[in-house]
Amino acid sequence: MQKKDIGLALLVLVVGSVVALINPRFLSPINLANTANLIGLFGLFSLAEAFVIVTAGIELSVGSLIALLGVLFVDLIVVQGVPWPVAALIVLTCGAIFGSIHGWLITRLQLQPFIVTLCGLLIYRGVARFYTKDGTAGFSFGDEFPVLEWLISGRTGGVPHSIIAFTVIAVIAWFVLHRTVFGRHLFAVGKNEEAARFTGINTRRVIVLAYVICAVLTGLSAIFFAMYTRSIHPASHGNFYELYAIAAAVLGGFSLRGGEGSVVGVVLGVILLQVLQNLVNLLGIPSSLNFAVMGSVILIGVIADTQITKHRNSRRQAVALATIKGAAPKPQSLPE
Amino acid sequence: MPSGFQKISLELSRVTKVYPGVVALQDVDLSIAGGEIVGLIGENGAGKSTLMKVLGGAVSPDGGGIHIDGQHYSALSPAEAGRLGIAFVHQELNPFSNLDVTANVLLGREITSGPLRLLDRRAMEAKVAPILQLLGTRFGPADPVSGLSLADQQLLEIARALSMNARLVILDEPTSSLTLSETERLLSVMRQLQSRGVAVLFISHRLSEVENVADRVVCLRDGKNAGELTGQQICKDAMVRMMIGRDVQQFYEKSAHGVSTPVLSLRGVRTSTFPAASVDLDLHAGEILGVAGLVGAGRTELARAIFGVDAFSDGTIHLNGTELKSHSVPEAISAGLSLVPEDRKEQGLLLDFAIADNISLPCLNHLSRFGVVDRERETSLAQASQARLSIKTSSIFHSAAELSGGNQQKVVLAKWLATNPKVIIFDEPTRGIDVGAKAEVYHLLQALARDGVGILMISSDMEEVIGVSDRVAVMRRGHVTGILNSDELTEENILRLAVG
Repeated sequence: MQKKDIGLALLVLVVGSVVALINPRFLSPINLANTANLIGLFGLFSLAEAFVIVTAGIELSVGSLIALLGVLFVDLIVVQGVPWPVAALIVLTCGAIFGSIHGWLITRLQLQPFIVTLCGLLIYRGVARFYTKDGTAGFSFGDEFPVLEWLISGRTGGVPHSIIAFTVIAVIAWFVLHRTVFGRHLFAVGKNEEAARFTGINTRRVIVLAYVICAVLTGLSAIFFAMYTRSIHPASHGNFYELYAIAAAVLGGFSLRGGEGSVVGVVLGVILLQVLQNLVNLLGIPSSLNFAVMGSVILIGVIADTQITKHRNSRRQAVALATIKGAAPKPQSLPE
Repeated sequence: MPSGFQKISLELSRVTKVYPGVVALQDVDLSIAGGEIVGLIGENGAGKSTLMKVLGGAVSPDGGGIHIDGQHYSALSPAEAGRLGIAFVHQELNPFSNLDVTANVLLGREITSGPLRLLDRRAMEAKVAPILQLLGTRFGPADPVSGLSLADQQLLEIARALSMNARLVILDEPTSSLTLSETERLLSVMRQLQSRGVAVLFISHRLSEVENVADRVVCLRDGKNAGELTGQQICKDAMVRMMIGRDVQQFYEKSAHGVSTPVLSLRGVRTSTFPAASVDLDLHAGEILGVAGLVGAGRTELARAIFGVDAFSDGTIHLNGTELKSHSVPEAISAGLSLVPEDRKEQGLLLDFAIADNISLPCLNHLSRFGVVDRERETSLAQASQARLSIKTSSIFHSAAELSGGNQQKVVLAKWLATNPKVIIFDEPTRGIDVGAKAEVYHLLQALARDGVGILMISSDMEEVIGVSDRVAVMRRGHVTGILNSDELTEENILRLAVG
């Protein structure tokens, strides 16, 4: 774990302990299972976003994609009668197609990721609403998909399957980002695309793949959300989720300039955001302040991080200066 | 000049500036007074630009002081520098091409009139016109800037400086891309300024111009003062000796070797920048082929085309007998080609990446199984490279940003050596690295050539080209205008082909 991750883990523990002390219901099995379920659901698309952010890109259409692909999934299995595994495959494939279109527009037509995915955000939301004629896509009374329901929204030994899926995918994502050649290339492209190109990395392919991975994971997330809410209002379903994902990634140490961040960090970021939400509920803070609390915590976290980095750099500078002046760098004496 | 013009008297004493991993300036002294032209010389990376930035207020020194007209400053802000009459004409000019001459000259100091503070065109032009007249420009106050040549843009910058009542004008490599007559004109403008009591600080690599115009020459080497010459002492030889600080002969070594079959051959290659010029070139195994020419002669463009960074529009490139067809970097690398690019910090390295990660990046696929990186092999590769090239660092897991320029260049080389190249293209291999590290780089080049690697070395450093290369190809406007064998290698021969 990096230093940043340890700091974040401590913050999660501190906030969690405070909430638990003030309201012991925080640690009740029901609350823990619910929180875990939400961590799983929100974690999936936050991981997705991280793959794009590490390339110095951004994906703003996450929430709209969750609405559109969710609507599509429900319509396929409920109205069209498509077997759910086929429907799931179609949804994931659609995600891959959208992702590769984004990647193509960004790498071949040299459009800015912000603009491409902002248009995606508008287009997918509009199409989703049109698709259902602005109505609600959902399961009617008596519709039963026992296997699908158990698989996606069920629990094993009290543990929601969403958090299990999130854990498995987080482990895979950790491996891909931090242990594979592709992961190294993602970081390299995000840090300095030109240097990466001069090193023989196929930067276009790496970037396109990042958007494809992001959109496919978003598709998976769309299925989980569809089964969680069971009815989808395409005008509001998944609203602001992209911003939530970006927040989790930034909290987790990802830089929007690319090339920085860790999977451990984004997982901790997701957990912290959910615990904060829980804190608002359990401590009786008006839920209207929800976003304000989230925003403040992120702001404080980011300020603390930049100040620490600045401090560290100036200390390094001072040591370098002392070295050339002939004086050996004095070891910093710690206050007893 | 407005009345009340007071000549500047400026003195820098023991100025020091440290960047992580690099001492840019160490106890540097410099003085200049109104009516004086001082040449500042030194090799690339000697600290000239940092010193200029200290004067311009862009960099605050870590130590030492600045005395201007008897006032002491520990650092200047850009605004203060401007107020004190210090004006900077940069090497890279960025005029606002969407505005006209007057608007550019008076940008930020527009003259307004009336209660609505509307722009007073007439007053502005009336202020700019005499300055242009003084400089003898061919353009007028209302001309658009977009059509001006580089030389005229430079005069525009000088006009801007004068409009601010500049008392010290700093010119950074002003002649590097000018023609001979443009240079003459600029030098006479400098003398004109001098006669009006303005101090001129002139940075140049063109020693004959320095000799021609300067009253005094200050030399920097490795961030320290390396000597000063005045009046009659100023001659090319003395300046070169100060810059290099040692005998040229012992600096370069040459290996004698026979010439074999070409490892890299270009036939009719045209780059997109110079579509009219087609290049034929052969590089042999174990040979160091220098590529000389003025800045902008198309050398870097050619290197980029060979390496597949940019597409070339026509012609064929054979590497070790196989044709490079897809014009892509991965193809070039797997055929055995490497490029040590001009811009080490932006193209050669990922500065924030660990040294070990930089070294392994081009050959990660060989260090991994099923796409998973074998970290042990990665580490041992980095350690072996560190030992082979003697990269000076306390840990290969530190970021490359913390290394000095010379050691960064070794890391760039290390990453390519791991791919077992047959041909390495070096684009300005010693730019911005100190003298000691330069000698090491030359030593490495020779060692590689002895091992049979073909080396194409682009360099603007004449001494370097002549000292290191077996043969030299000279380029001008995208053409190879001539190839000189070792017995024909003189500065004069190269210049003749480069300027033509």
